[in-house]
Formats: sequence, structure tokens, C-alpha cells
Amino acid sequence: MLMKPEQEKQIRQTVADPKIQLALYSATARLKEKREEVVAPEALPEYQELRTQANRIKKHTLENLDVYLEEFEANVEAHGGKVVYARNGQEVTDFILGLARERGVKMLVKSKSMTTEEIHLNERLEHHHLEAVETDLGEYIIQLAHDRPYHIVAPAVHMTRQDVADVFEKNLTDPRTEEPGKQAMIARRNLREKFLEAGIGISGANFLVADSGAVCIVENEGNARLTTTAPPIHIAVAGIEKMIPRARDLAVFLKLLARSGTGQLLTVYTSFLSGPRRGGEADGPAEFYVVLMDNGRTRLLADAEKRQSLYCIRCGACLNACPVYRKIGGHNYPGAYSGPIGAIITPQYQGIAKDPWLPFASSLCGACAEVCPVKIDIPKILLDLRKEVMEDRAARGDGFLERKAFQMYGWLTRRPKLYALAGRIGARMARAPGAASMGPAAKWASVREVPLPARKSFRDQWREREKSK
Amino acid sequence: MPARVSIFVTCVVDQLFPRVGMAMAEVLERAGYEVEFREDQTCCGQPAFNTGYREDARKAAGHFIRVFRDAEFIVVPSGSCASMVSHHFLDLFPKDSSHYEEAEYLAPRVIEFSRFLTDVAKVEDVGARFEGIVTYHDSCHALRELRIKEGPRRLLRKVRGLELREMSAAEECCGFGGTFSVKFPEVSGAMARTKLESILATGASTVVSIDSSCLMQLQGVFTRAGAPLKTMHLAEVLASR
Ligand code: SF4
Repeated sequence: MLMKPEQEKQIRQTVADPKIQLALYSATARLKEKREEVVAPEALPEYQELRTQANRIKKHTLENLDVYLEEFEANVEAHGGKVVYARNGQEVTDFILGLARERGVKMLVKSKSMTTEEIHLNERLEHHHLEAVETDLGEYIIQLAHDRPYHIVAPAVHMTRQDVADVFEKNLTDPRTEEPGKQAMIARRNLREKFLEAGIGISGANFLVADSGAVCIVENEGNARLTTTAPPIHIAVAGIEKMIPRARDLAVFLKLLARSGTGQLLTVYTSFLSGPRRGGEADGPAEFYVVLMDNGRTRLLADAEKRQSLYCIRCGACLNACPVYRKIGGHNYPGAYSGPIGAIITPQYQGIAKDPWLPFASSLCGACAEVCPVKIDIPKILLDLRKEVMEDRAARGDGFLERKAFQMYGWLTRRPKLYALAGRIGARMARAPGAASMGPAAKWASVREVPLPARKSFRDQWREREKSK
Repeated sequence: MPARVSIFVTCVVDQLFPRVGMAMAEVLERAGYEVEFREDQTCCGQPAFNTGYREDARKAAGHFIRVFRDAEFIVVPSGSCASMVSHHFLDLFPKDSSHYEEAEYLAPRVIEFSRFLTDVAKVEDVGARFEGIVTYHDSCHALRELRIKEGPRRLLRKVRGLELREMSAAEECCGFGGTFSVKFPEVSGAMARTKLESILATGASTVVSIDSSCLMQLQGVFTRAGAPLKTMHLAEVLASR
């Protein structure tokens, strides 16, 4: 068993829920179509060339990450900021808590960040009575609903406007409305106070730019801009893999990110943040920190093949393209990352033994790799992880029957006469009444009709044909 | 003396759809080729490879190489199995091994059936006749690993009596995915039903593909849903007259 029964049950429920299926399929279809329009050869002739460049830049950066980390740190400090290294979520939390305590901060605001979702930062801070308020509309809704993000770029994609109205009604004092525009206004009004009160603003980073010591953030709502400039302290929390060497590399990545993610040519806001407010400047935080988090990433760096998983720029295109994500949705994936990228990085971050089914939750159709702007060969990594899972299970003595069946298969493939005989016997058994109620055939038959083997295999028919010539 | 081609008949075709193999041989012969079937052939190893059992896949691959090493062309009625040999055999053996070299030598000669017709034999009209409205399903490995998209459609357009209609979800996966279909049956079935909706919207009565395993999946779901649709391998359509 790769999957726990409750996980299986949850997936079954999602697939059988017409409301969620409709929302999921249409939302991903919209994003998918918008992306296709803006990367079409007529719209962006250099698209494939950009992908190749992006892939090369990421490959180069990760192969020389030590150098770029040092360069980045030196440049951040030259601008009066500070770089903090954190091995895991605990160390990120400890740093933030320590600073908040020193500065007497009781509340902080956050802009959208998958990295902080990965380490459950909000829960960790709340545990220590430090309130963290999400300011991205989707994340705000999710936070009020005590839910988790459903999609890397569209966290509340599974909620209808009625759902949002319910959540607001329950948590806020404003009159109920089901109009998305009005809902956004409600959120904005409630959040505005928070921005003014907050002692710290926490953001993620889309890119860390080594030659400028800058953090680049893209967004559509302007909340990240406020988060990083209104409070007196700005802390950017980023995985070390977010590094790119030069500011001009952004020309490649920004073009790809917005197009792949939301089908926009560019996001509404692109912020380039390098250090605290300097003498004579009217705004910006007084203190600027970049927390560079490892949390399993250096382990991936060590593997020349699977290292490419770290090229990801979190555009979400692979989710929208993935026929499995489009059926099972975001919440059936453990961890913060869902869809194809989640299926390859979650097992690598947490170890393959924890959710061994993840790399198997794919038909290997390759739609993800086709749309990935940095050309991560996701199916290849899934296959490599499957191999690791099976080796791990063999070492533990799990999955005995399936392993034996494949060993038998491998043995037979080198013995053509026996292979043909086994085929003949298998076909006869499969034609017998009741065969469809056993083993894998029963799983097959649970959703579709079982095909009957032919009375005479191709081999046998061919032999007869040759004889009668 | 016509050129000689060897055919690799996939496990699914051998056991479940032998008529597809026979039809392929017939079309190749009509195109002027002498067809040989090497009886020692077994499997390409894909089931084991895709499920994570590399060692067992290596055995099948090694045997495949031994059987076909001196064949000039090996024509395969499946994009998926053809791609297993031409792409993934290289993932199975270490770069400096003799098997790797042999796999590299074999790769360009293992050719999916429709591509063999359009690119090697250079025929598009094989003299077929088939009355009906047909829609074509792009199988994933043919489309994304072998880049086969237009060839099968060109062949279909030349069939007398046949009307080809595109479905909106032509490139979406049918949900088969080998052992995926039994490890995640609900998801697999739901994927096929999405495909079904898109097919029904075209008004076609027959779905054609170059991979029998996709068709097995789709046919199973059509029958379960009571949808009046038929599935046919491209070779069967091209062999009709
Ligand atoms: S893996 Fe590629 S497509 Fe998926 S989110 Fe990352 S960059 Fe985007």
C-alpha cells in the first residue's frame, strides 16, 4: 500500500464532488488558456529561446550557489541590510521571534509567500502569541477560513464567492456581500489598519539578485509593496534557490513568470528592494533582513540530476496543465506545494518514505514539462523518485507481492517461449468468469469495463498466417 | 525486392488487440515492405520502468536489444513503447556500457507506425476507405516525447469516406498511465470521462489513436458510460477498404 486509506478516501471524495470539480477545472482552464495565448509563437516568438536561457541561468547559478550567496550577502550588507541563514523553519521562526521581542512588536503583516507556507510560519508565530496577518486577498481569505492554499498562485481558487461571503460574515463585522469587487474592498479596509499597526512586514522573494543584493517581488495587488515598505522592519524569507546572478537576468525571468503563471505580460507590480531606507529617503523600512532558508535544499543540490527541481520559479503553470491536479486539487497533496512540482519536491524535502505515493500520482503524460518555463524535466524526476521509493520499500520488506510479480516479469522477458506460454495462460485465466473481480482487474473494473484478451494472440495468428503462405 | 521491416508487437496488442498487429502488417505490406515478426521478442520493459523497477526493466530492454540488434527498421504500433526504446533505454544503462551504445544505435531505427509511413515510406494515401466521422486522440508519449502530431492526421485525411473532426481536449491525457490506472482508479477514470465529454461534443462516432493502451482505457469508460462510441487503432482504419 502506497497510500493510507484515509488519503485514498479523501481523493475519492474530491473527485466525486461536482462543485469542486467544476471550480477546479474551469479555473485551471482559464489560466491554461491565457498562458497559451501569451506564449504562442505569434505573441512571443522568442519563447522557447527564453526557456532555454532561463534553464541555463538556473543551472549555472545552482552549480555556483556558494559564490552567488556570498556576493548577495556582501551586496545586501553594503546597502545596510542584513543576511541571516536558517537551516529550517525553526530557525526562521526563532529569528523572527527574537527580533519581534527585542523591538516590542506584537503584530506583523505578510505578503504572499510559499516558502513561509512550507514551514507553517503563521502557526509557529501564533504559538508564541505573535499575530501574523496575510495581506494578499487569496491568502487573507484562506487565513480567515483556517484553510490552506489550494494552488501556488491562486490560493483560494477552490472557494466560490459564496464561500468567501460566508468566511467574511463569520470573521468580520462588515455586511454580507457576494460581489467579488465589494469583497475585495472589505478586505482592503480591514487590512489597511493592519498595515499601519504592524511592527514587521514579512515577504517572500521571487528572485534574489546577487549583483545588486536585491529582493525582487512580483504581485498584482500592491499589498507586497505595502508590506515591505510601511512597517519599520522588512524581513524577506526566501529559499536559497531563488538566487539569480544579475539584475539583467530578470529580463528573462520576468517575461516568463507572469506569462506562465497568470497569462499576464507582466504583473501589475514588480518591486526591486535593496536595503533599508537611506538618509534623505522619504519611505521604506528602517531595517531590512533577508532570511536565506535551506530546509532540505542543499541535499537536493548534491544530486546532479534531481537538482533541477530547484530551478522552479513557482509560476503554477504545471498545476494548470496537470490532468491529475485538475482532478484531485491542491489539498490532497501533503505540504505546501501541490501539483507536479509538489509531487517532485515534497518527497525530496521530507524524504521519500513519508508519502511514497506522491511520485506515482501521475500518468506521466508530460504536460507539466511542456509548459514549465525553466524546463524542469518533471516526468524524469518522477521516474527517478519511483525507483527510489521501490528500492526503499524493498529494503524495508514492503510491497512484497508487487515486487515479486515484476521480478517474475523481468525473468520471463528473457525467456520468449515461457513468456508466450505465460501470456497464453494469463489470457485464458482472464477470460474465465469472475476474473474481473480479482486483484488489479478489480481496481480497473471499479471505473471501466475490463477488456477481454483475444482468443488467439498475435503471435499465434502470425504463426498460422506464415504456415498457410 | 521490397525493403524488409521488422515489427515489434506490444504486449497489449499481442494479447488484447491482435487485429491491430495484423492490420499494421497488412498496411506495411501494401506499402511495399516485406514484414518480419521475430518470435523471440517479448516486452519493451515499460511496465517495470514506469513503476520504479529498473532492474526488471533492464532485463526486458537487454533482451529487446539482443532480438533486434541487426534489424534495419523496427516498426511499433505504439508511441509509448517506441519511445520507451528510443528514449528511456538510455536511462537504463550506464553511459559507458556496451548496452548503452547498442541502445543508442537502436534508437533511431525503432519507429512508431504512423511516423514510419509518413517519414520513411513517405506515403500518406494508403488506399484506405472508411465511412464515418472520426476524431483523433493524441497519445501523450507520441505527442510529447516523439513529437508526433500532424502525421496521423494527414494519413486520416487521405482515407476515403472519412471525416476528421478535432476535439478540444485532443492533447489531454486519457488517464491510462500504465499502473497509474489501477493505483489511482478514480482519478484515472475521471480523466477519461473528461476526454469523453470532449469527444462527444465533436459528434464523431469513432476515436482513433496510435496507442492501443489509450484506446483500451477509453473504450472501457465509453462502455461503462453507455456512450455509443468505438475506438480504433490507426492501423485498423488504414487497413480498411
Ligand atoms: S515546476 Fe516549472 S511550471 Fe511548475 S511551478 Fe515550477 S517553474 Fe512553474
